[in-house]
Amino acid sequence: MASFSKTAGRWFHQLGSPKWFYQKSVKWLPWLWISCLALFAFGLYYSLWASPVDYQQGNSVRIMYIHVPTAVLSMVAYLAMAVCAVIGMVWKMKMSFMAMRALAPIGAAFTLICLFTGSLWGIPTWGTWWEWDARMTSELVLLFLYLGFIALHSSFSDRTKADNAAAILAIVGAINIPIIYGSVKWWNTLHQAYSVTKKGAIDPQMQTPLFIMIAAFYVLFIILVIIRLRLEIMNREAKAKWLQQEVGLGQESNAGANG
Amino acid sequence: MFLTLLKRELMLARRNWVAVLIPLFFFVIVVSLFPFAVSPEAEFLQQIAAGVVWVAALLAVLLSLDLFYRGDFQDGSLEQLLIMASPIQVALSKVTAHWLVTGLPLVLISPLLAGLMHLNYAPNGAVEMNHTPIMMLSLLLGTPTMCLLGAIGMSLSLAASRNGMLVAVMILPLYVPILIFGSSVITASLANSGYNAQIAILAAILLFALVLTPYTTGKALKVAVS
Repeated sequence: MASFSKTAGRWFHQLGSPKWFYQKSVKWLPWLWISCLALFAFGLYYSLWASPVDYQQGNSVRIMYIHVPTAVLSMVAYLAMAVCAVIGMVWKMKMSFMAMRALAPIGAAFTLICLFTGSLWGIPTWGTWWEWDARMTSELVLLFLYLGFIALHSSFSDRTKADNAAAILAIVGAINIPIIYGSVKWWNTLHQAYSVTKKGAIDPQMQTPLFIMIAAFYVLFIILVIIRLRLEIMNREAKAKWLQQEVGLGQESNAGANG
Repeated sequence: MFLTLLKRELMLARRNWVAVLIPLFFFVIVVSLFPFAVSPEAEFLQQIAAGVVWVAALLAVLLSLDLFYRGDFQDGSLEQLLIMASPIQVALSKVTAHWLVTGLPLVLISPLLAGLMHLNYAPNGAVEMNHTPIMMLSLLLGTPTMCLLGAIGMSLSLAASRNGMLVAVMILPLYVPILIFGSSVITASLANSGYNAQIAILAAILLFALVLTPYTTGKALKVAVS
């Protein structure tokens, strides 16, 4: 137990250091890319060719293999953002604010893809590309929350203020998501009995490729977060000596400053 | 302490009474644009009345936030207030004053809008029903929540470089739940069905916001002056 807490403590400490993360993450990226491409190759083959055609929806069911993973990640990203915001507010870790900032555009992009593929899927199956259904509406509101976060964060000239203010907004939004979802669902059942998101048993031949695609998108998501986080570190730590050495700027500027 | 702060806010509002009336004019003007834009037929206006009144009230509350926060932030008195009292007290006094000066008048003037939007219209032969009190009740429960949530967005954007639109972009998504329940109270009343559940949920959201948002607003105000 003692060794566990020691390891956990060290890990926490290391993750809080931009330098440690910047230097280590380069080594993670190739492995992540390999597993991501392998998962996508297998998952795309399985879902686009090897999996059966739906008896009602035909080939359009294959949109699901993009739609569902992006929907999952759009919410996971927001949750991660809110967790980073809490950690940043409580322990004042600068890395967690950087991660929060890095997550926002990725989450927004996944939300947008989810909405886009959802409407593409809606045309052949429901006959409409938009319906004010509970899930769709809350996904749309989620996109607005992301945009509000990005707008707020980018309208400060002072970075510490931007981080703190945006963190508060992320936390408020996270508390609101269940309320928004609940209210939208309730409102919808008031108006129409027709439900488009009825849960039925899903065939294992479709479930397996779906899980593979979810895993592939998860890895892609992690890669994107690491890349953006590295950019964020480069942006914010531009004056740090270790970073200047890392990108090969160190010698001249140091010589200039010292000489 | 809270009462002292509240008195100060109200006195500031009284000295600037024209600015305080503007949201009210805004509310009436926005609603009265709809008959021109959509259709002046009573039957049709009655159907959209609930949504139009609620959205106009949301926007009026949002646009009036500036009055209570911007001035204090710019002349430095916000900093002094936060030294003098706890952030929660400052936040609560501002929200209360904002509601008393903007939210409550919106509720009180809403019967006029109910008339303009033919809310109580009954087709020939049908029994005329009075939906105005229900609309006032929904706004009475909704406007304090609008003030509480808006205060968070306003305080967050105080130190930001651009803000008018920013507050709207941040806070309007959070208004979705009260908008849904608030306007569905009126629609349910029009459809002659029960609306107690919606009223109860509106009240629950108000209590929830009353407990949580002053703390958050206080935090945001401290970030703004830091």
